[in-house]
Amino acid sequence: MTVACGLLPVLQPEEHDAEYEISDYEGARARWCPGCGDHSILASVQKLLAAEQLTPEQTVFVSGIGCSSRFPHYLKTYGFHGIHGRALPVATGIKLTRPDLTVFVVMGDGDCTSIGAAHWVHALRYNVNLTVLLLDNGIYALTKNQTSPTTPQGFPSNTQPHGGWLPSLNPLSVALGVTNASFVAQTAEWVPAHLYATLRTAYHHRGMSFVRILQRCPIYSSAVYQAAVQDPARIALLTHDDGVVVPELERIYKTQVAHDPRDLDAARRIAESTDHIHLGVLFRDPSRLRYDEIRRVAPRTAEERLTLIDAELDRYAV
Amino acid sequence: MTATAASVTLPSRPITTRLAEHTIEIVSDSGEGAQKCGQIFGSVSAKMGNGVWTVEIIPAEIQPPPRVPEGASGYRIRLGRGPITNWGDATNLALAFNEQVLLARHRLGALAPDAVLLVEDKWATHEDADIRTAWTQAMEELSHRNYRIIPVPMETECLTLVDNPRKGKNMFALGMLACIYGRDMERIKEQIAYTFRKKSEAVYEQSVALLAHGYAWAEEHIDFRVEVTPAPITEPLVVMNGNEALGLGAIAAGMEMCAMYPITPATSVSHLLSEVFDRFGGIVHQAEDEIAAVGVAIGASYAGKVAFTVTSGPGLALKTEFLGLAVMTEIPLVLIDVQRGGPSTGLPTKVEQSDLLAALFASPGDAPHVVVAPATIEECFHIMVTARRIAEAFRTVVMVLSDANLATGVTPFPRPKPDARWQAAPLDLAPVAEGQKAYQWDDATGLSRRIIPGQPGGAYTVTGLSHDEGSKVAYSSGIHQRSSAMRSRKLAVLQSLLAPPVVYGDAEGDLLIVGWGSTKGAIEEAVDRAHREGIRVSSVHLRFLSPLEPGLKELFGRFKKVCAVEINYSDEPGDPYVTDENRRRGQLTWLLRATTLVDVDCWTRVPGEPLRPGSILDAIRERAPRGGAA
Repeated sequence: MTVACGLLPVLQPEEHDAEYEISDYEGARARWCPGCGDHSILASVQKLLAAEQLTPEQTVFVSGIGCSSRFPHYLKTYGFHGIHGRALPVATGIKLTRPDLTVFVVMGDGDCTSIGAAHWVHALRYNVNLTVLLLDNGIYALTKNQTSPTTPQGFPSNTQPHGGWLPSLNPLSVALGVTNASFVAQTAEWVPAHLYATLRTAYHHRGMSFVRILQRCPIYSSAVYQAAVQDPARIALLTHDDGVVVPELERIYKTQVAHDPRDLDAARRIAESTDHIHLGVLFRDPSRLRYDEIRRVAPRTAEERLTLIDAELDRYAV
Repeated sequence: MTATAASVTLPSRPITTRLAEHTIEIVSDSGEGAQKCGQIFGSVSAKMGNGVWTVEIIPAEIQPPPRVPEGASGYRIRLGRGPITNWGDATNLALAFNEQVLLARHRLGALAPDAVLLVEDKWATHEDADIRTAWTQAMEELSHRNYRIIPVPMETECLTLVDNPRKGKNMFALGMLACIYGRDMERIKEQIAYTFRKKSEAVYEQSVALLAHGYAWAEEHIDFRVEVTPAPITEPLVVMNGNEALGLGAIAAGMEMCAMYPITPATSVSHLLSEVFDRFGGIVHQAEDEIAAVGVAIGASYAGKVAFTVTSGPGLALKTEFLGLAVMTEIPLVLIDVQRGGPSTGLPTKVEQSDLLAALFASPGDAPHVVVAPATIEECFHIMVTARRIAEAFRTVVMVLSDANLATGVTPFPRPKPDARWQAAPLDLAPVAEGQKAYQWDDATGLSRRIIPGQPGGAYTVTGLSHDEGSKVAYSSGIHQRSSAMRSRKLAVLQSLLAPPVVYGDAEGDLLIVGWGSTKGAIEEAVDRAHREGIRVSSVHLRFLSPLEPGLKELFGRFKKVCAVEINYSDEPGDPYVTDENRRRGQLTWLLRATTLVDVDCWTRVPGEPLRPGSILDAIRERAPRGGAA
């Protein structure tokens, strides 16, 4: 593996004979609350890293601010725990200039759909090859119980104690409305097999794969997903060979909807439908333009650059 | 002299005046091409060996209504025998496409009392009575000065060659100026060909025909010539504006990522790069907003690239949270702020130096970083090399404060000699040793090795949370104290490496003027003139604002008075309610007083234009009597 990194000498990953185990990806001990859905997502991600044998030092997790954004600390890869709402620009900068790195983005619902909403929309359009996870617990938890854009209408919080004023924002509809978005999926942390299969499909997609993960906060918003957790009939699994198929879930989740992820209109209808919570790949089009591909530049040596600079200065010569 | 009296005579031999310098401006409605005319005149003059400093005259709108004073658009060229370092005091010859834009320049005090004014005369006899009245009133207003007004039938003459005189009148004007100032017509044609390189051959042909016609007309009808002899060119020169210099400097400095969002007057740095950067292996990323722009730059830098972002005041305000993150995570970043008038949207196209304190303290929390300011267009080029080197060596943010005066001014300077060492990757890419920390701070200097993703053995998570050497989140009280000290220490180390500033003039005296940024040329010209009047004044110009250059307190002690000159707002002593205690002083003044405990005075103005050397001279005279009376 080589690094297309302009002036940088080639970076060679160290020889690594043994297979990477899940434990090779474990960082600091996770400090999320007991019962937090983030634990399950972390476990699935570590399983994915091992399954794909991703070189830890060639992998970067970028996050913003919030409970879920502590994610990189709990992994033994490179990590960038930045500022609230701005994980996507940082990840874009990394991936644009270092296509050799595998870049994941982890955001919460406040991070992604509120303070960082502009970056979210534009990142979907740039369609840079990133795996982007929205850990959506429908609440601001780290700051202790404030309404987020995905908090259900009527759900009380410290900032809207009489219940959320407005209908919640639908991240799937927003993502599917963005020109050039190429991958939109939804899964839930309490269905680990589906979560893992979805993450794996997302990882293999070339372009920005956007995965909304429904995630329980046991402290502030356990009620948001409680009904769906207790009653599998509320969930519909989207199935397609080009999406996610988890046969062992068929016994529990009886509602299966065959959906071709190439069908954007159907994807939008599914995103808007309120009869079920749909889990699966809503949309996928690997042919969409990738900004990181079309902006790739050939690296130059210092000597080549010097010659070119001289030619450039000629244009301004007196 | 009134317009009617200024009937054009046919001189048998025009009178030639030889001068050390002359200032010319071309003004028109927006879109009539006065700027292009001025740019070509300026470039050709520089190529002939004249000292040149040009300034754009820009209205705020792209197409303001025609024939209104506030719509004046144009170009001012100060031409000299020797080097010209600033835009000077006033225009000696103005060429205007209508009398209203001329009036605007007159009312701004831009014209010398004895200026020659060449003005399109078609408005005097226009079919619209309102326009004729406006012309008459304008001429009346102008007649109170000792201007020499020469009406020119520009449109009539252009119509002999083209159908639409709005296109190409500027070339006729250029021809006239070429005749009056004895410019090299072949060079002008070359420059026209370059300027219109993206247009058709027909555009070039028509331009050259109008140019020749303007020249011939002036030859026949203008009774004077001005000779500002070019000096022989003894070394290779380049001529460009400050934004072009920043862009080329970025390339020469080995930059690989320019992430930006459009904002006046900074954007043109990225125009240049957008055309050529990919050939150098670089990317210009136009982000969705100012915040994303700096975020992308930080991401690229974190990944090991050499990245910068370029903005102006309002954009700087938006980027500040990310700047704090870059300081906290010790990710190198160069940020260019091409300052304009503020606060808020302020004066988007006009010069001001009022971002200094915002730049110094950009981020909430203690976020020590470097702030530098190029003083000349040439320095705009070289400062990028310095900024990159410091950002990487010190793992910090370096802000480069340029301004609209440097950004749009054009002047020749010695051709830079790019060096392969400027391009070198500063990274030690060897595998990270067992036990190596993410921030293995050297206790004395605060410096630590920079490690990028891909380096085996690293796999750190950087964080904006307060953290220890291992980038682990700080949960104990001592860690924040120590890490704050380590980040701060780097500035002290940098200052220890800086040379004390060089004094312009005598090393001691009655008055020391302190400046920073684009005012250097005007200040030094004022100091020279004051010196000739017998005033014991010197000046010093600072490039480093954070850390400040060493030795200032000692230097200030050698002068009876110290006064900062800046293009930002300060209260005047004697203003209502203003006392010595509550007086809001200039921004550098504030900084100098705080760091040296010297009672530094200030003279600052925010006229929306560069400072004039004559105005600075007046300020010097007020503060330091001739002959150095104690």
